[in-house]
Amino acid sequence: MSIPSPASSKGKSKLKEPENLLILASSPHLHTTTSTQSIMWQVVLALSPAATMAIYYFRWPAVVIILTSVIAAVLTEAVINRLKGETLTITDGSAVITGLLLALTLPPTFSIGGTILGAVVAIGIGKQLFGGLGYNIFNPALLGRAFLQASFPIGMTTWSTPATLAGSAVDGVSTATPLGLYKFEHALTGYADLFVGNVGGSLGETSALAILIGGLYLLIRRFADWRIPVSYLGGVVIIGGIFWAFAPNQFPDPVFHLLSGGLILGAFFMATDMVTSPITHLATWIYGIGMALILVIIRLFGGLPEGVMYSILLMNAVTPLLNRYTRPKIFGEVQS
Amino acid sequence: MAKKQISIWQEIVKGLWRENPVLATLLGLCPTLAVTNTAVNGLAMGLATSFVLLSSSLFISSLRNFIPHQVRIASYIVIIATFVTVADRFLAGFFPAISQSLGPYVPLIVVNCLILGRQEAFSSKNKISRSLLDGIGMGLGFSLVLIALGMVRELLGSGSIFGITLLGEWFEPWMVMILPPGAFLTLGFFIAIANWINDRRATA
Repeated sequence: MSIPSPASSKGKSKLKEPENLLILASSPHLHTTTSTQSIMWQVVLALSPAATMAIYYFRWPAVVIILTSVIAAVLTEAVINRLKGETLTITDGSAVITGLLLALTLPPTFSIGGTILGAVVAIGIGKQLFGGLGYNIFNPALLGRAFLQASFPIGMTTWSTPATLAGSAVDGVSTATPLGLYKFEHALTGYADLFVGNVGGSLGETSALAILIGGLYLLIRRFADWRIPVSYLGGVVIIGGIFWAFAPNQFPDPVFHLLSGGLILGAFFMATDMVTSPITHLATWIYGIGMALILVIIRLFGGLPEGVMYSILLMNAVTPLLNRYTRPKIFGEVQS
Repeated sequence: MAKKQISIWQEIVKGLWRENPVLATLLGLCPTLAVTNTAVNGLAMGLATSFVLLSSSLFISSLRNFIPHQVRIASYIVIIATFVTVADRFLAGFFPAISQSLGPYVPLIVVNCLILGRQEAFSSKNKISRSLLDGIGMGLGFSLVLIALGMVRELLGSGSIFGITLLGEWFEPWMVMILPPGAFLTLGFFIAIANWINDRRATA
């Protein structure tokens, strides 16, 4: 975004312009070359390790779900753009991210029709109905997943073992997620398996390592506010730790909380969504700790084994309120 | 509002679209959202509400010069509750299955703001014949929207309409559509489409 200088814009007129013009422009004076488009494509890049691990663990079904979801999301965006008479916004990459994130939250055995429905709901209802990128209240991918969870409760909770565990079988044996195992059978899964992702679960929630690589890239490039993952993950460790300290036999330890389920994926890629997370620093801390509290309550006392999706969606809903109440004082403001 | 009387035909038709209780004035949303998980339920609720609306409009319009202004709301409620009891007992006696699935929403017609709203805004100020026409139009408009909502939700949520399976084995029902979120989503789309049509008419 460069300031169009009068010299260049009037260059074609016959009036001869002096070389050194004094250029007057209003603030901001510092411009960055970063655009929405470049950020979005770098988020896609940051998600690629997680997607690669998903394909490594779950093989063909993972490829099919990821491709279906991304293509359906992009097509939905294009169709709605056309219906609204807007210019196509598919090249900004945001629909690709939504499709990719949605795919990573789905179980590997999920149906293709269901995946398409989820992507259409995510983009159509979750994003475009609110007015497109920047206007949506909820994270579109999670909204799509919530719709699927409510629509297909069985399909969304049928997990299969990774191909690495089940030998070469493409159709993995159905299994429970580490959180499900803990909740319903009180069995713990080893930390090493949890960390590299050699467990049952959604496509993208299995490998903490792959998500951390992409997540750290986002933090280093400052495309995600570090306060969100720190407050969310830190909150889970502290709140989960308090429960564990009081009743270690009844509740899982904080490390298990951190590594299992979709927590790390949610904390780095979904909670940090620029559109649906708070703006002010104080609000960001409240946002993260609020998510942690909701997550721990759902995991320990709720009917579902996992609560990342609802914790993020619920805090998305209060984000405008948080922004409003933590608005900083304007410098030089006079009390009226 | 308008001093000049509109035609008899218009009195009926206004309830179907321009002043449709659900799509335009958003009255009586509680039963609209709660019981439209199947087309049959929508139809039953629409007919029950229409019956109560029509009967109480007739009654209140004929008593409009005798009801003291200060106690009019209480009087309306007593009259409406009488007809609701009739509808409720009728359903329980002849259609026990429907009565069961509608649950407390039949007795709740008493506090349906559509009915009370029509009495306050129309029947208490107009002749019996006009109130009757107004009741027919409003009841019809309400019922049609409820049936349409029920049909869409039943089709997507159970793969059938009026209990007749339309979508085959391949179709995996969207459970969410027969749950409360499905009601809000479908109604939202209905109102959006209605507004869109009105906008297009206005600009055309």
